[in-house]
Amino acid sequence: MHELSIAQSIVEMVCERAGEARVHRLTLVIGKLSAVMPDALRFCFDVCAEGTVLEGAALEIIEPRGRGRCPDCGREQDMTSLFDACACGAAGLDCIGGDELRIKEMEMA
Amino acid sequence: MCTTCGCSGTSEASVIQPAPSHDHSHDHHHDHDHHHSHDHHHDHHHDHGAVVTLEQQILAKNNLLAERNRGWFAGRGILALNLMSSPGAGKTTLLERTIRELGSALAISVVEGDQATETDAARIRAAGCNAVQINTGTGCHLDAEMLRRGLGALKPPPGSVVMIENVGNLVCPALFDLGERAKVVMLSVTEGDDKPLKYPHMFRAAEIMIITKADLLPHVDFNIERCLGYVRAVNRSIRTFVLSATTGEGMGAWYDWVTAQYLAAVEEPA
Repeated sequence: MHELSIAQSIVEMVCERAGEARVHRLTLVIGKLSAVMPDALRFCFDVCAEGTVLEGAALEIIEPRGRGRCPDCGREQDMTSLFDACACGAAGLDCIGGDELRIKEMEMA
Repeated sequence: MCTTCGCSGTSEASVIQPAPSHDHSHDHHHDHDHHHSHDHHHDHHHDHGAVVTLEQQILAKNNLLAERNRGWFAGRGILALNLMSSPGAGKTTLLERTIRELGSALAISVVEGDQATETDAARIRAAGCNAVQINTGTGCHLDAEMLRRGLGALKPPPGSVVMIENVGNLVCPALFDLGERAKVVMLSVTEGDDKPLKYPHMFRAAEIMIITKADLLPHVDFNIERCLGYVRAVNRSIRTFVLSATTGEGMGAWYDWVTAQYLAAVEEPA
């Protein structure tokens, strides 16, 4: 869905940094709770990269797991979905990890 | 293009104003959005074979433009609300009644987002207020740049309310800050009370949930308490209104909230 505009932003930002140099590998950090699907993003990335210095670049996606903090007892715990509740019974954990949407690094030719 | 819904980005979006008196494009104001990367080094351009650390937030550009919009609203004492729902939940109907009943007390104008047609903006104008239509083409959400262009055409007066009706979609708009004071998610009783379970990101991002078409509750299997339970599992602090823009029930509490938000926006900018 929104992965295409996300892919466009990524290609735009990386091309700006790469200048004329070709990029062979691009590493992204897309958290598991970020609402962006890596598969859809890969597809869109290939489309957006066409005709740029990113064309044909390998796309590496690191997917950090979700981490939450209980707003009541403060306990930090793994979070597999936004509905996870704390053992103390509190719902609506504060997300402290797994919501990343970041361009980490690129490898130039 | 996109595997799921075929959406695309900002470039195809067009802003439509009422009764244009000239033919040329309104899409020529882009040249100031490319100068925000001065805090990093540029000496890596020729590092062939090198790994270059970027550590850039992917949504940084949208977030920057959203903050600019937020400042623009704050400087003018304008309350901006971002209304989101699935198609057909009743966003435009709620706005029509709100404009008719609250429009004499508050100056309201509307930015309408849809993939195509100017139908909704025409409905809003018929209800008695100023509106611009943004057609996103194949895009599935409004972003901060589209809103900026929409505001340039709408020219809302200082000390007023801007209602932003986002593209009908419970997924994509959740990720894109527009610079609004609050995100309002709407859900009609005909859609089922489990929508917060199916679209948790949207219901987590919103500050307000409006359950619409409450006049149809006797005819559908929608349990308000169950719905509130689902939404509170992802968003403990969300505030809820239950109303019908057809019969008017529950509209008073919504008007009170909008008015209070307006006063807050005018007196102490967000």
